[in-house]
Amino acid sequence: MRTAIKLLLLTLLFNIFLQAGNFESAIKDLTASSYSKKQKVIEQLSREYSDNKNLSTLLQAMLNGKLYYTKMDKKFVIVRKKEGGKLHTVELFNPESKSVNPKSLYKKVKTNNRLRSIIRTKLAELNLFSPDKKRRLKSVENMLEHLDKESGALINKALKSEKDSKVLAKLNEANLILKAKHGDEKEKLLAVKKMGAYLSPQTLQTLKEIESSTKDAKLKSAAKKSIGSIEDSKWFYSIIEKLFFGLSLGSILLLAAIGLAITFGVMKVINMAHGELMMIGAYTTYTLQQLLPNLMEYSVIIAIPLAFIVSGMVGIIIERLVIRHLYGRPLETLLATFGISLILQQLVRSIYSPLNQEVKTPEWMSGALEINSALSLTYNRLYIVLFAILVFAAVLLLLKKTSLGLKVRAVTQNREMAQAMGIKTGWIDAMTFGIGSGIAGVAGVALSQLTNVGPNLGQAYIVDSFMVVVFGGVGNLWGTLIGALTLGEINKFIEPVSGAVLAKVIILIFIILFIQKRPRGLFPQKGRDAQE
Amino acid sequence: MRFSSMKKLFVAALVTLGMAAHAADTIKVGVLHSLSGTMAISETTLKDTVLMLIDEQNKKGGVLGKKLEPVVVDPASNWPLFAEKMRGLLTKDKVDVTFGCWTSVSRKSVLPVVEELNGILFYPVQYEGEESSKNVFYTGAAPNQQAIPAVDYLMNEVGVKRWVLAGTDYVYPRTTNKILKAYLKAKGVKDEDIMVNYTPFGHSDWQSIVSKIKKFGSAGKKTAVVSTINGDANVPFYKELGNQGIKAEDIPVVAFSVGEEELSGLDTKPLVGHLAAWNYFQSAESDINKEFIAKWKAYKKDKKKVTNDPMEATYIGFSMWVKAVEKAGTTKPDAVQKAMIGISVPNLTGGTATMMPNHHLTKPVLIGEIQEDGQFETVWQTKGTVVGDAWSDYLEGSKDLISDWRAPLNCGAYNVKTHKCQGQNYK
Repeated sequence: MRTAIKLLLLTLLFNIFLQAGNFESAIKDLTASSYSKKQKVIEQLSREYSDNKNLSTLLQAMLNGKLYYTKMDKKFVIVRKKEGGKLHTVELFNPESKSVNPKSLYKKVKTNNRLRSIIRTKLAELNLFSPDKKRRLKSVENMLEHLDKESGALINKALKSEKDSKVLAKLNEANLILKAKHGDEKEKLLAVKKMGAYLSPQTLQTLKEIESSTKDAKLKSAAKKSIGSIEDSKWFYSIIEKLFFGLSLGSILLLAAIGLAITFGVMKVINMAHGELMMIGAYTTYTLQQLLPNLMEYSVIIAIPLAFIVSGMVGIIIERLVIRHLYGRPLETLLATFGISLILQQLVRSIYSPLNQEVKTPEWMSGALEINSALSLTYNRLYIVLFAILVFAAVLLLLKKTSLGLKVRAVTQNREMAQAMGIKTGWIDAMTFGIGSGIAGVAGVALSQLTNVGPNLGQAYIVDSFMVVVFGGVGNLWGTLIGALTLGEINKFIEPVSGAVLAKVIILIFIILFIQKRPRGLFPQKGRDAQE
Repeated sequence: MRFSSMKKLFVAALVTLGMAAHAADTIKVGVLHSLSGTMAISETTLKDTVLMLIDEQNKKGGVLGKKLEPVVVDPASNWPLFAEKMRGLLTKDKVDVTFGCWTSVSRKSVLPVVEELNGILFYPVQYEGEESSKNVFYTGAAPNQQAIPAVDYLMNEVGVKRWVLAGTDYVYPRTTNKILKAYLKAKGVKDEDIMVNYTPFGHSDWQSIVSKIKKFGSAGKKTAVVSTINGDANVPFYKELGNQGIKAEDIPVVAFSVGEEELSGLDTKPLVGHLAAWNYFQSAESDINKEFIAKWKAYKKDKKKVTNDPMEATYIGFSMWVKAVEKAGTTKPDAVQKAMIGISVPNLTGGTATMMPNHHLTKPVLIGEIQEDGQFETVWQTKGTVVGDAWSDYLEGSKDLISDWRAPLNCGAYNVKTHKCQGQNYK
């Protein structure tokens, strides 16, 4: 009896061993350099070892470019971290076995587009029943893109066990598409009718195919109706999308223009170096990321106050050294600040090199918020819209509710009277200019997430910012807000029709005409002060 | 005291004499690349490449027993200044050959000067074609050596049915896209399946364009973007693609202006899997390439320096010129121009480059996928080499033209229908 059990155990053990051994030997060929060979291996693996837990780990690692093997004995490892010339790895079948070795000992299992697409499909099939909600969603979305008849059984199985509403909706959609394609007459008609509520391109495509190929009049009209309703809601969402694009461009213009609204609008200083102050803010972000590589995720947030201080200090220095002597002489100020802008650009070129610098985007700012198949909003733009609103509110509060703001307004409205009341006007001038410059720096932080950080960054935005301030009405913060958003929206609604180049031209012409009609902008300043 | 100043004078005289004698013994090589301004980023590399090649040639004993002497000038990314500097090189410095230019507009500005003074210019960058001059050797790719094969690859290997032609708004993308559109139509692609889009230099707000591409690509047919987007506008473009969830597997972007040098300053994560078409990648596996990379890194004393396609074109042009001068036995322009045609030198990808009678090269075409380390993984390449075509076969007016600088034709734009030579520049 005991020997029998022993024998049984032994065979069991042997079996497990054998299976593992087979899997290990099956993946050996992944070290080949030929992509078609790797493809064959993956197809074989997903046919024969779909129950093996290691398969999904292996494929995921391969997809992410984390799968390496040792040059010496062709052992597969997963890379956890790269540090200097060293790789932190774990063995594929043994997550506990951590080791750190020089990079040169390993070789990467390379993938190409075709291979990645196959891996993604296979992973989707594996992940359909994963306990992780996000994985299941991704997996269904992927299946939706590569639907075939065989997926039907899998989807039906998943439909029975699925609880999450988002995943369920996608599964239903996939199921409907399959039914509309391969079901019987009745099923087809029912599916086509229901499909009008879904928005993915696959649904629309299936419906269009059915509409053009079917001879059944009932089915045809049902398909037509569904297509109509899909296109209607798509049109609706595309308007919302355009509105959001306009809002996002507007908020960038707003960020760039708020600082200028203070220095130009309130102080009447034409500051051509405004763009360079933004550039300094962007470079502050870059420098911070270089100094604190471990805080990459928070670097953008830390950079905000830092950029405010750095650009603000630069602004105060410019004011004290140059602009102070030129108040009331706009032409000289313009030329002097233009000179300063060139000096600042060259300074950055000398310190950092003329090349663009790479500012990393933190994980939480990349990707998109997917509302449905027709509408997704990218996170970086969303955050920048919020950020612009916050900055605007802060500046408004500062000017309207604090004693500093009161003094600023007093000095700009009537310098002599303010002086007579005991306000140190020189100090207020410097502070105001510093705040305006600091906000330019903060705008630079936001821009570093959207565009190239290089010595020319400022020049690209200086014209736009002046345009916004002039359009909105000099000296009026609300005007700046409305001006920025209007220009953003106009641009984004024209652009799809006219192209990006013409859109800019049209906007410029629009502003020129507008200024002819209302020379003081949207919201002109009223009162005695405005007459100057 | 008096004696010593006499001695000084004497020494000075000797030195001047020596210099004069020395100058007579050298062959002057002009280097006309912008070292300041917007193009400095790309062109400085090529200047260094030429200097490295000259250095190396001098170590081997120079050419025809004479040392090579580089004359470096800086046209400062200023197109009219290119012409002025070229004139200076040819009349004042009396250079025997010039390596230079990057943008098409700088080449067009230099062209009348080289032709008037009968100089020799080697132009090492991929360009839009539609030109063939007696005095210029085009060692970069013509459209049929980069754009057309890339489209063929996408059409035949990837199965692309819908096309987005996106470019920056200037002459190279406009002409290339014109050729590509004509080519696609000749292949039976319908108008509604082609979307053309131009953006200004340094464009950064890509959201609506990318959203449009996404919509264009969701019509059920495989879609690809053929990008002639130039310079740093590429970074926000690829970033936006990544953010809007467009993967390289869904809508691949094949770029003609993104190389190793451009990638070396970027966060490559959102670019992985996208494609580029060139005639050379640093990752090309050949001994001669490994040697070249090692030499370049040693010359720049920087292990991280990368090589790229225009560098290879410069390398090919330089070795061809050396060979042609040795064949002709002189550096006289007419003799060298004659000797150049038919010269073959090894290229860096392991094949050979031959100078054709139309002053263009034979080149292999490679399609590579961008890797995380900023290098390219070759996924496809032409079987042999492709002969550069000066005049596109797909454009009205230019398809009847051929260029042949051998006797008896000796013409840059010969119309095979009317049997007339239209001069060096058509139109």
